[in-house]
Amino acid sequence: MFGRYLRRELLGRRRQTVIVAVGMALAIALVVVVNSVSTGMRDAQAAALQSIYGVGTDITVSNPPVRPSEGGAGGAGPQRFDFGSGGSGGGSGGTGSTDGSTTVSQSRLIPAGATFDASELKTIEGVSGVAAATGVLSLRNVSFNGQIPDGAQPEQGAPGSGGARGSFDVDSFTVLGIDPSGTAVGPLSSVEVTEGRALDAADSGQDVALLDASYATTAGLSVGGTVEVGGTTMQVVGLLGSTSTSSETAANVYLPLDVAQTLAGQSGKLSEVYVAAQSSAQVDAVASAITAALPDARVSTEAQLAASVSGSLGAAAGLMSSLGLWLSIGVLAAAVLLAALFTISGVSRRTREFGTLKAIGWANRRIVGQVAAESLVQSLIGGIAGAIIGIAAVLLVNASGVTLAAQAAGGTLGGAGAGPFGRSGGGAADGGGRVVQAAASATDIVLHAPVSVWVVLLAIALAAAGGIVAGALGGWRASRLRPADALREIA
Amino acid sequence: MYSLTDASKSFRQGQRTIAALRSVSLEIADGEFVAIQGPTGGGKSTLLQLLGALDRPSSGSVRLGDTELSTADERALARLRAGSIGFVFQNFNLIPTLTALENVQMALVPHRVDVARSRARAAEALGWVGLGARLDHRPAELSGGQQQRVAIARAIVTSPAVLLADEPTGNLDEAMRDEILSLLEGMWRERGLTMIVVTHDSAVAHRAQRRLHLKDGIVHERRPAA
Repeated sequence: MFGRYLRRELLGRRRQTVIVAVGMALAIALVVVVNSVSTGMRDAQAAALQSIYGVGTDITVSNPPVRPSEGGAGGAGPQRFDFGSGGSGGGSGGTGSTDGSTTVSQSRLIPAGATFDASELKTIEGVSGVAAATGVLSLRNVSFNGQIPDGAQPEQGAPGSGGARGSFDVDSFTVLGIDPSGTAVGPLSSVEVTEGRALDAADSGQDVALLDASYATTAGLSVGGTVEVGGTTMQVVGLLGSTSTSSETAANVYLPLDVAQTLAGQSGKLSEVYVAAQSSAQVDAVASAITAALPDARVSTEAQLAASVSGSLGAAAGLMSSLGLWLSIGVLAAAVLLAALFTISGVSRRTREFGTLKAIGWANRRIVGQVAAESLVQSLIGGIAGAIIGIAAVLLVNASGVTLAAQAAGGTLGGAGAGPFGRSGGGAADGGGRVVQAAASATDIVLHAPVSVWVVLLAIALAAAGGIVAGALGGWRASRLRPADALREIA
Repeated sequence: MYSLTDASKSFRQGQRTIAALRSVSLEIADGEFVAIQGPTGGGKSTLLQLLGALDRPSSGSVRLGDTELSTADERALARLRAGSIGFVFQNFNLIPTLTALENVQMALVPHRVDVARSRARAAEALGWVGLGARLDHRPAELSGGQQQRVAIARAIVTSPAVLLADEPTGNLDEAMRDEILSLLEGMWRERGLTMIVVTHDSAVAHRAQRRLHLKDGIVHERRPAA
């Protein structure tokens, strides 16, 4: 009889049931979507960080950035092409031609930020709680090819064009000097060899390179071929892909660390050190100890790195964690309030009914149970519908393949501003021939919002809790009705 | 059956206290048919509510059998209402979303009767009031007289010792009134119920064994002429 009465009341008061259920459904759908998309954002941030810092990196150590004009000990300052001397980076400085212009082809390898002495790696390795550490040298290779008017530096003009009297191209790609003997921590820990082989200890000092598979495809390079880095021809021995399907690897080209240091004129220098702590609980303590040991260094934990993820991913993640969270809490509270108001007003409208039930012997407890159960079922209907709507919305988000740009500001920030010349691969050159590096490592990530069973169960539990709260309020109101008053009210 | 001793009931209305019943002392024996009459506001419904364990007196004693209603707790009163007292209301007070059968079954819920037995007993009660063919009709599909019959079936399905009726014919036309009166009277005679009816209708009151007149909260007994 209980179930039949419940069903009849819900069906008999269809409008109230629908309004309460729709309100709850909206709230629960929002909870599911916000939770799933937030999880997707977190995963995307983690993927963005993994592609740049590698799996298992708890801490990164770098030198604070220096402005290009300051130069800096690390040599991060702007460099100039010298087209008349044959060039220090590599390639020909320039050859004259009969039409009065000079054909130039130069390739420079420059640090993508401040560097520091490699001895600091030893200091970091000596810090208590450090499980592993590896140093890298982040570089950018910038190539200048084309014709410029005789006896003149390239003028500022349209990208890819030297003005009316010459034409030239500027091409750049990122280069990472890595320790070929270790991949436990750092960028190579999150990549896999898709073709060819990885580097090993025997590659130290050898002119060999690994390429990011995406970059190799774009640049038309392959294993067994060569790539020119800093004017030196490197043999491509392998291609790398990210273990995360949604992100690229940290750099376009990977060289043995010592080779990269030599080519860039940065012998004994590193730009970043990646550190794995012995346990996650020790990360903050280890970071503090490294800061104490290297007071001038910039020490960033994984959490701080996550906060450094910018671009549309960073903005979306921020939006979801702030607006999305509060929006779902607000809508949920409104839905519970709506359910409570409808339940209480329903009790008021049913004064005669409850008075009659009390008159024929129904105990307060039974009436409270009836009101609470009706409210619970209304909310559960809404909760289940909301969960289905939320899952559908999440699947729609996943199917639409939303791509978010993530920029993880690394520790090697250098001069800012893109030059007016054409750019390829993210590099930039200013009009005076000076080259500055990009400010961050960028990657595109396809958002995948996972739908967890627990989130769905949590959402339905929230709906049930909302129904119980509303039902308890309504039931309390019903229990306060004295049968005589209830019947007197209608007499 | 009932024993009232100096039972008074007063209500607060703003700053004022309204005495609905004033020191009512009364005995009602098992199987009696009592009509309560009086002007509106005289305390009839208040007395019926005290007799029906729906309310407690402000002072004095109201006993039903061995149970002192003025001091019994809410659960005991609910048990008493469920098992010993049947109510019939002027407005029928049926639940609009339920069928006639289900409305009658509602009175059996506190008795934890299983579904099959509950259906059988409710159908039997409805058959007794002449609605055996209307089991699945909702109140809106029944006439006023039929709705009151459903309410009577609901009141008697638990086989109570007392039937309390508050203006049971107040919303019915004359023909319907006679039908319902005949039904109630037949029930009283056949089942040996104690029946207490609040009514403005002299036709109803004339069928009772005893007539109580309530005015200003004070009971005056009027014995019908032999």
